[in-house]
Amino acid sequence: MISWLLAAGLMATAPIPHLASPITQDTTKGKVVYVKWCAGCHGDGGAGDGPAAATMLPRPRNFTGAVYKIRSTASGQLPTDADLIRAIDEGLPGTAMPAWKTRLSDGGRRDVMAYLKTFSAFFADTSQHVTPLKFGSAPGGGAGADALRIGRQFYDSIGCRKCHGDQGGGNGPSAPTLKDDADFPIFAADLHENWRFRGGGRAEDIYRRLRTGLDGTPMPSFSDLIDQEWLSDEQLWRVAQYVRSLSPASPPEVRDVIHAPQLRGALPLAPDDSAWTRVARYWFPLVGQVIHKPRWFDPAVSGVWVQAAHNGMTLALRISWDDRSQSPDSAWLPFVRRVLSTVASDDSVKPAPQLWPDQLVVQFPVTIPEGMERPYFLMGAATQPVYQWRWTSVPPRRAVAGLALGVERFDTLPAAAAPAAQAVYEQGEWRLVLSRALATADTANQLQFRTGRAIPVAFFAQDGSNGESGSRMAVSSWYFLALDQPTPPRVYISPVVAMALTLGLGLMVVWRAQRPRGRGRGRDPGGA
Amino acid sequence: MRKLGMVTAAVLAGAAALGAVGRPGSTGPDQGGGTITGKVKFTGTKPAMPMIDMTEEATCKAKYTMPPHEETAVVNANGTLANVFVYVKTGLPAGASYPKPATPVVLDQTGCHYVPHVFGIMVGQTLQIKNSDGILHNIKAKGTKNRPFNISQPSVMTSDRTFTAQEVMVPLECNVHGWMHAWVGVLPHPFYAVSGRDGSFTIKGLPPGTYTIEAWHEKYGTQTATVTVAVGAPKTRDFTFAAH
Repeated sequence: MISWLLAAGLMATAPIPHLASPITQDTTKGKVVYVKWCAGCHGDGGAGDGPAAATMLPRPRNFTGAVYKIRSTASGQLPTDADLIRAIDEGLPGTAMPAWKTRLSDGGRRDVMAYLKTFSAFFADTSQHVTPLKFGSAPGGGAGADALRIGRQFYDSIGCRKCHGDQGGGNGPSAPTLKDDADFPIFAADLHENWRFRGGGRAEDIYRRLRTGLDGTPMPSFSDLIDQEWLSDEQLWRVAQYVRSLSPASPPEVRDVIHAPQLRGALPLAPDDSAWTRVARYWFPLVGQVIHKPRWFDPAVSGVWVQAAHNGMTLALRISWDDRSQSPDSAWLPFVRRVLSTVASDDSVKPAPQLWPDQLVVQFPVTIPEGMERPYFLMGAATQPVYQWRWTSVPPRRAVAGLALGVERFDTLPAAAAPAAQAVYEQGEWRLVLSRALATADTANQLQFRTGRAIPVAFFAQDGSNGESGSRMAVSSWYFLALDQPTPPRVYISPVVAMALTLGLGLMVVWRAQRPRGRGRGRDPGGA
Repeated sequence: MRKLGMVTAAVLAGAAALGAVGRPGSTGPDQGGGTITGKVKFTGTKPAMPMIDMTEEATCKAKYTMPPHEETAVVNANGTLANVFVYVKTGLPAGASYPKPATPVVLDQTGCHYVPHVFGIMVGQTLQIKNSDGILHNIKAKGTKNRPFNISQPSVMTSDRTFTAQEVMVPLECNVHGWMHAWVGVLPHPFYAVSGRDGSFTIKGLPPGTYTIEAWHEKYGTQTATVTVAVGAPKTRDFTFAAH
């Protein structure tokens, strides 16, 4: 009963305070939870080497070293219990580590936290200092132009761009060389995707990471700069606020249907045509292709932004996505080598590192389906091919059209059938516009786009500098593309007519209702 | 343009331009006692060290008159091996404790290069990490017996850190400049030295006794030797590492 009350008390407190050790932390019970839920990735001995670990990047935490990324303590110090509980509760976004808050009981999470501390002697060493840093609160005006200007100034002066890039795309000059403490390759965070930040995406979270560093990774602590008054606490907050401003206000929402408005006149075929700023963009998350061998659990492209427009004759799709490298780039070859040697492959032949290009595939059915049935999403099948546009970053950066009959087979259509492609790579981002006539002569092999229909569409992406080629790719499921129809004039006229009729009828009713009353009065005396 | 033959000298010249690397001599106390001296010899083909491309870091590149090379294995002109950490591994009286020096050990980052490349420090002694370059370096210590740390130094500044446990060796690295590596041997006693430009080392002030000394090199691994030391009679013990 008492432990239940304590648990209830803990639940009511957010964030969870430092758990005093006398509160139930049962390592025996923790081990049961650990073996059932954690060992598959983190390994029986806590060394981060469970059966699932070999395909993962980043690798699961190795508890034996007691080195943790997400802490409230100075770089080099152990995490607090609250830090560990937080990681268990919230998970580490952008990695395979899920949030356990709703999956395990409060007691279960606390016990497993106690158990994983037993993997390292550091936690039992009482001479270790574990003191949370004092984090002030955010200075106001964090989203204002002045704050962001100061933040940007210090983003430059403390050298963030070295790894994270000039615009935060994770593509700085040192990015291809980065390794973690176990010599596994590691990406500098793409600062445009704060929903994937390991320790949370709020300015407060970013500020804490700047103060503590992410131990075990190349990300250092900047606390010494404040201690030595090289930088004020407020200025470091401004850096955090600036970094926060590089991502959208809220994580992108996934919507099923891409609406392609009908534009008048020529379509914007250049990726940076200002007309695209007036077209809605849709986010589609991508995941590793883990169905067809060789599988790929570590895609570098986390999703694509898609915009579409047509003009009654032609369809244009603008696809943009973050990619740290303009592959093929020889600076990334050592990174490719490290990725392929780190990630276990189920390929029959271990792939040799190469300078692969970046690729983007847009997939449609060959014809618009009449019912709900769609071809197999993963590049179709021999019995039911899919119609694809495949673009590659190798100059001249053209796209081809063709039919995919499963992952292994792609039949390219004649060059004349290829969609027009224009691509720009800038600051860690590809922007690509693919366009094609709505109707073509080859109706047997090429999808005929029609307005007012839900046209299935899917996307695939590859980052050559992450070792992605063949079936090592990022995939989406089917979504829909809808080409808006021009609004016929009757849409505007009908409501007016209907309103006029309603009004006329209403007036007539009133007039009729009033007339019998006058007559009735005259009639009543003579009534039955 | 210099001849190719000069390339082998570039390591030495580059290092010389930056000040001495792996300062020879002892860090041991000078109050008498036994001494172990020796040379670390090297046999076989001198390994070619890859050149470091510092194009990305103009400030550092400008500090070199000749292209800098990696220092994974530095063979001296006299055929000896530099940057070998030699220390007393076992044999000291149980329970003896040795005062840590009040002066810090300085690790400088200059020309995107650590000076010294290999050094020793006592448990609790201050390591003063200095950034003379004035550009961003991060200093990551990847100890396993000591807590690892990773701190940022974006300008000319110093940061002090200490180590709490014996560990041979703690790797230090900069992730901004992936070629920057240094190694620190952390010991609870002062009986260690690093082979220098002439390949020699000296460990002084040892109480009489029989010791196991170990020579550690980042590329060629470790060797041990047993040495009996008496007061007033310096003992010579050489090591030989072979190319592989």
